Amino acid sequence: MPFIPDFFGQALNGLAYGVLLFLLSVGLTLIFGMLDVVNLAHGSFYMLGVYAGLTLIAATGSFWVALLLAPLAVGLVGALVERGLLRPLYRRPTLDQVLLTFGLIYLFEDLVKWIWGGRIRSIPPPALFAGSVTLGDATLPSYRLFVIAFGLVMALALWLLIEKTRLGAIIRAGVFDAEMAAGLGINTDRMFTGVFAFGAALGGLSGVIAGPIQSAYPSVGVTILIPALIVVVVGGLGSLKGSLVGSLIIGQAETFGKAWLPGVSMLMIYVVMALIVLLRPQGLFGRQLK
Amino acid sequence: MGALTRRGLLTGAGAAAVGVAAGPWVLRSWAQGGPIKIGVVLPYTGVYAVLGESITQAMELVFARENWTVAGRKLEMIKEDDEMKPPVGIRKTEKLIDSDRVDILTGPVHSGILMGMRDKVHNSKTILIVSNAGADAISRGRCSKWIFRTSFSNWQPCQPMGGWVAKNVAKEVFQIAPNYQAGKDMMAAFRETFLPAGGKVIAEDYPKLGETDYAPYLTKIKQSGAKAVFAFFSGSDAVNFVKQYDQFGLKGAVKLTGAGFLTEPDVLPAQGKSALGVLTGHFYTPVLDNPVNKRFVKDFKARYGNKTPDGFAVQGYDTAEVIIRALKATNGNTQDKDKLVAAIARVEFDSPRGRFRFDPRTQNVIQPFIYVREVREVPEFGLTNVPIDKVADVRDPGTGCTLPA
Repeated sequence: MPFIPDFFGQALNGLAYGVLLFLLSVGLTLIFGMLDVVNLAHGSFYMLGVYAGLTLIAATGSFWVALLLAPLAVGLVGALVERGLLRPLYRRPTLDQVLLTFGLIYLFEDLVKWIWGGRIRSIPPPALFAGSVTLGDATLPSYRLFVIAFGLVMALALWLLIEKTRLGAIIRAGVFDAEMAAGLGINTDRMFTGVFAFGAALGGLSGVIAGPIQSAYPSVGVTILIPALIVVVVGGLGSLKGSLVGSLIIGQAETFGKAWLPGVSMLMIYVVMALIVLLRPQGLFGRQLK
Repeated sequence: MGALTRRGLLTGAGAAAVGVAAGPWVLRSWAQGGPIKIGVVLPYTGVYAVLGESITQAMELVFARENWTVAGRKLEMIKEDDEMKPPVGIRKTEKLIDSDRVDILTGPVHSGILMGMRDKVHNSKTILIVSNAGADAISRGRCSKWIFRTSFSNWQPCQPMGGWVAKNVAKEVFQIAPNYQAGKDMMAAFRETFLPAGGKVIAEDYPKLGETDYAPYLTKIKQSGAKAVFAFFSGSDAVNFVKQYDQFGLKGAVKLTGAGFLTEPDVLPAQGKSALGVLTGHFYTPVLDNPVNKRFVKDFKARYGNKTPDGFAVQGYDTAEVIIRALKATNGNTQDKDKLVAAIARVEFDSPRGRFRFDPRTQNVIQPFIYVREVREVPEFGLTNVPIDKVADVRDPGTGCTLPA
């Protein structure tokens, strides 16, 4: 039975979902764009973020402390992974890196099961955003409004960091030509570790942010990886702007698909991806394919 | 005996005499010799591993009580992880039947695995006691003389809820369940009693299995004007749905009801207070006030680090009780499968859920009660399902099952 479609309410749902997708995928896109590494273990960093968040909330009682500290912990894990495992593979074919990060998925899955057990877990929303708010005809959990605001601020901050600061310029130079940058006195080794750790921390951050909305379990990393990869492909490999626009498009497409065409909604994300890749094989804002 | 005698006839009268004389001795040595092998196909990894764990723990509780011995024979459990993947589950089933030659098979959790293993079990005349998977078909057109079920058919926890919701909650209901067979079966079972009681299904929706964002559906529910929702979700879907339902502010306005799996103890802690007030139909809850259940809860908690048993554990408990009691009745004889099947069919005992017995028409359990339960916070148990009403003797209609009565 068709309802009079609640366009505004569903558009808000789509925005919240899209921003969440952006947060899930931005670490993946940064690591790819800066280091040329396809990090399949990105979902695992998300998962470590949720579980670290759970532990920190249990210890401190504060969601906000967890939101601050869990990404730092996950970033540290990322730094160790880059230093210890990924670094020796930079000069090897890309497939070796893909295999390594693929293997890490299973390693982290077992690690989580070992430390936290196999039960389904979830982070309660912070008390400040536990209720719901009504905007016009639409009702939305206030936590989702917070996610929208947080995600958009993050997008702006990341853009400023990479495009407008000296640190961003150094990173871009290192990515463009590592040897030349090293010749100019930039420690590219340390920079690569830093970028990978930062991408991992963003994955962990998205885990804490998504924790009150989506449940976590030891294989959640794989579940999260697929939409994140799709966003990166749609937006253009390695493009921050593409990651944001791609997330927002997919968020709306999925939400309106579920609302209006529930029978085919599970295909919607793939339909959007196929259409965009057909028209622009490099993605919306991707570098021209050689 | 029959085979021995026939071979005896073929090889001459003298040999026949030896054969007949040897027969009883050979049978007895079989009966008292090697261990009785129980093959178990359950998920031990992945999200549903907690279900496999509960079922297994309760089985081991019962077997340990019997000192892993029945009628003088040792009991041996051979556990296989089906990973909730039908191809894996079917391969493990074939291994247990063909190379381990198990005497009794139990499991699985996944209905797809059950339907996939059904023909292998039936054709090899292996006794299967289903300890979770609820596919209605196994009590209907696809029933088998060799298959029993101690858990439930998907129809059982939902059908009584229809009339109850129409009478006690609301007549305008929105139905929602994952887009697969069990989801659709449960929604149809609910309607069987809901529509005749004057209920009206305002709308229904079938999100994909493993959905993470229910926002579009929750907005539709809010708009639909429905007074209540009847939902079936399990695992992470149940956590996401119940939490998001609460976060969208629907809980106060539209009563959430559903199949028992929506708020079972595998998902309840992650749902937290979002689950308070949810009404579900199920055959068990750990707070049931009967002596068998009280002892079960106490023993289970003592053995497994204070873990409260759930419905899945009761399924494991009842499966093991059925095995023990049937084997005692045949004095440990697993060779005469027809006798063993007959013994299983006759088993009757007091289970934590009430008086346990199989329906002779389908070999599916007759649920002594389907309890209508409300999630509340109770001193001894914390967040739990408290029974507020019950419907007695719920048996699957068994349409299309032609087992001899």
